[in-house]
Amino acid sequence: MTINADWYLALSAVLFAIGALGVLVRRNVLVMFMCVELMLNAANLSFVTFARVLNDIGGQVLVFFVLVVAAAEVVVGLGIVVAIFRRRSNATADDLHLMKG
Amino acid sequence: MGATLGVVLMAVTTYVHPSWVDVGVFSVSAAIVLSGAIGVVVARNPVHSALMLVMTLFGIAVLFVLQRDPFLAAVQVIVYAGAIVVLFLFVIMFLGVDREENIALEPLRGQRPLAVGLVALGVTGILLLGQVSKWTTGAPHVSGLASGPQSNVYLLGKSVYTTYLFPFEATAALLIIAVVGAVVLARRPPVAVNPGASEQAGSEQAQPADPSEPGAGSEAEAVVEIDATGAIEVSESVEAGHTEEGGT
Repeated sequence: MTINADWYLALSAVLFAIGALGVLVRRNVLVMFMCVELMLNAANLSFVTFARVLNDIGGQVLVFFVLVVAAAEVVVGLGIVVAIFRRRSNATADDLHLMKG
Repeated sequence: MGATLGVVLMAVTTYVHPSWVDVGVFSVSAAIVLSGAIGVVVARNPVHSALMLVMTLFGIAVLFVLQRDPFLAAVQVIVYAGAIVVLFLFVIMFLGVDREENIALEPLRGQRPLAVGLVALGVTGILLLGQVSKWTTGAPHVSGLASGPQSNVYLLGKSVYTTYLFPFEATAALLIIAVVGAVVLARRPPVAVNPGASEQAGSEQAQPADPSEPGAGSEAEAVVEIDATGAIEVSESVEAGHTEEGGT
């Protein structure tokens, strides 16, 4: 038999928490992006777990779409980071207040 | 070495109950996932963070395989570890931000305890609610069975191209938008600050187009130097075409 779904969901919750903590604590924009990827992966893990438990392919299809969204997000986000770096030499999140009114 | 490994594997598959193999694989990959995630958060160097992220992604792929989902595990490794993390590393190397960040510096007082407290509260709440309440309806296979005589790829592809066809097309549009956005963001702004400089640049661009200028001859010589086979004929024919067009 396989592992109970509770363990997967608990692991997913802890992984999401670590990612959220990273986004809240770190100041480097690139590391913050990586922590967002951690949170997306936690969501993927629980999607696959529910797909197995409920015997429903929809969870796996949603993981597919999450992958696409993650790729698009990373492309645009890293483009923004490169554009910011061209203007100024550091990319800590505290210094990015150009749009402040 | 290989024989020893084979004997060990045979002993494991013969004497160890299959559920214990599952438990072992789950424990090891969960430890890998969690340690990689913690490494992403606490690493000072962004390159180390990216490599820790690769570790976490491989652990998640193993967990996908363990849940009878081999196709998404392969996609996870190819897309995440092969494309997204490489993109991260490209940007890190391109920007030269491999200098280390001072973790001990805390610009906002009380931010970290507050963040830890909020996250702990949220996780506790989620786990508690998961224990005491039913969040899923339990309705089985709304959008198709996940297991059956067909392969995982067959079921996934059939669902994507029938039930989820419109979201699938929408992701195509999303990817196009992302590509256009990346190109627009990465484009350098036009540098027409000094009008004299731009005029000079324009005359330099117009110079090789005129065959009577001496600059055109030097350009043809440069072409001959680059590739010697048939370059003279090519450049002459181009000039002949120019004069014919000018004549008519």
